[in-house]
Amino acid sequence: MINIEALEVSFHQGGGEDRKVLNGIDLRVPKGQTVSIIGSNGAGKSTLLNAIAGTVPISSGSIVLDGRDCGKDPEWRRAAYLGRVRQNPLAGTAGEMTILDNLALAARKGPRGLRIAVNKSKAKVLAEQVSQLDMGLENRLRENVSRLSGGQRQALTLLMAVLSHPSVLLLDEHTAALDPGNAEIVGRLTRRFIAEYGLTALIVTHDMKQALEQADRVVMMHEGRILADVSGGLKERMGVADLVELFRQSRGKDYAEDRDLLG
Amino acid sequence: MIEGILVEGLVYGIMALGLFISFRILDFPDLTVEGSFPAGAAAAGAIVAGLAGALAPRAPAAGGFGAAGGLGAAAAVPAGLAAAAPVLALIGGFAAGALAGLVTSLIHHRLKVPPILAGIITMTGFYSINLRILGGRPNMPLIRNNPLLGFARTWLGSGVLQDISLFIAALLAALLVAGLMDLFFHTEIGIAMGAMGDNEASVVQAGINPVSLRSLGIALANGIVGLSGALAASYQGFADVNFGAGIVASGLASVMLGELLIKSQFIGVQIFRVLAGSILFKGLMYVARSWGYLAGITPNDLRLLTALLIIGSISVSKYAGKKPKALSRPGEKRR
Repeated sequence: MINIEALEVSFHQGGGEDRKVLNGIDLRVPKGQTVSIIGSNGAGKSTLLNAIAGTVPISSGSIVLDGRDCGKDPEWRRAAYLGRVRQNPLAGTAGEMTILDNLALAARKGPRGLRIAVNKSKAKVLAEQVSQLDMGLENRLRENVSRLSGGQRQALTLLMAVLSHPSVLLLDEHTAALDPGNAEIVGRLTRRFIAEYGLTALIVTHDMKQALEQADRVVMMHEGRILADVSGGLKERMGVADLVELFRQSRGKDYAEDRDLLG
Repeated sequence: MIEGILVEGLVYGIMALGLFISFRILDFPDLTVEGSFPAGAAAAGAIVAGLAGALAPRAPAAGGFGAAGGLGAAAAVPAGLAAAAPVLALIGGFAAGALAGLVTSLIHHRLKVPPILAGIITMTGFYSINLRILGGRPNMPLIRNNPLLGFARTWLGSGVLQDISLFIAALLAALLVAGLMDLFFHTEIGIAMGAMGDNEASVVQAGINPVSLRSLGIALANGIVGLSGALAASYQGFADVNFGAGIVASGLASVMLGELLIKSQFIGVQIFRVLAGSILFKGLMYVARSWGYLAGITPNDLRLLTALLIIGSISVSKYAGKKPKALSRPGEKRR
């Protein structure tokens, strides 16, 4: 469960004046809900995810994950509740380590001790997990992750993000850097893992069609605020054109940059 | 000569192992080594001298108590301590190095000072600290209770030539450190440390505090360097405050020569090839020292040779390194 109230994030600018990137965000996401977050470039979508994860510090407001107020916690502590996949397929894995070691690292959260990381039975369990990706990676466990293709690496990152059973999954345009075929595969895995692990998910995307299809709810952002929030029957009846129209109405102006939104 | 190269290569190879952790595993260019290496040597010298000096006069008195029967245990402790002096000297060397590493780590993390500068600050400060450990003198003899030579003579000495027993002692020390390192990098915390220099985000995502993990790594690396310093003092027969001068470059050269020599992605091989690189480095330096005059090279030129060796190693791996990367691409399509 995610409960965000009056969240503000400002970035320092050279001139002395701060720029408000998030300007009073209120967002409640019940357990198990999948929310798509859309909006034009600079709307604050990625900053919202970064603020939740603790990658950027918040200026004011509160972030409650699973009943714990963690807006001030360091990033590594919040990671205990969070799984995360970013746009860059290189971002979530250690390329110069083997698939097996990467999986072992991601298999649980928290400080480590001097136990041997991968024994035979652990390797078997991890091999079974990675075989879910259906990419043959279970036969390449001792290969370095840097040898994988972008699609394989992103699929592995996704698996690593859910492997430790976090309660919240944050996905920041995680299929945008992939070719259409791989984007489709990773998208399918995403829906499967969210359902299987019962995750609460926030998915930033530029793809309006995907935003409608993959989520129970669509949140539209603009200039650091939430403009529209559609769910339930209304969301089910909407098509991409309706979504664009809603965006235009909510904003009250007709920008040429709507094309960004359509991605 | 050959055994000198081997022993030196192994003793200084342990220092290169420490450097391997900071430069290669943690991706933390750490110059603390120039301070932690002599700190280890100084601590070892001081511990041996301190135990010998403090306990020798008291020994008869303690024996007297022991004979009286009342304080037998008290008499046994100093005697045990004196016997344990070589081991304590090595532990002290490790601890002194680890402490220097912790200082660098604190300067880097708390004050946001870049790694190289943090290392320079620590190394500068430790020059004076090392002089204090050495009792204000620039060097200190380490003859009695000498860990390396003592072990070589007492346990291995009988029946074997001294040079060979010394080599075996150094080999055992280096293999023990390398073996423990290999084991460590197969543990949960070791794997997290391996991921640290590669992609810190993956460590953070695993819910691990990256600052504590890096601090631990820097302390461990410099502890191993300190241990090497203690062994070097033992091998040379004295600890010297200037032991650390130029040590980072020679350690790096060893690491890089090892990488040129043996290609591998396995941590075990990567660790043991550092020792091989170190022996090769000492061999090359010996050749330059002994026959360099034929090419007009004097001992003054050895530092320049070390620098050129590093540049050469980087150049070779830069051009040869492209090939394996290109070869790895077809693997992506193997699926």
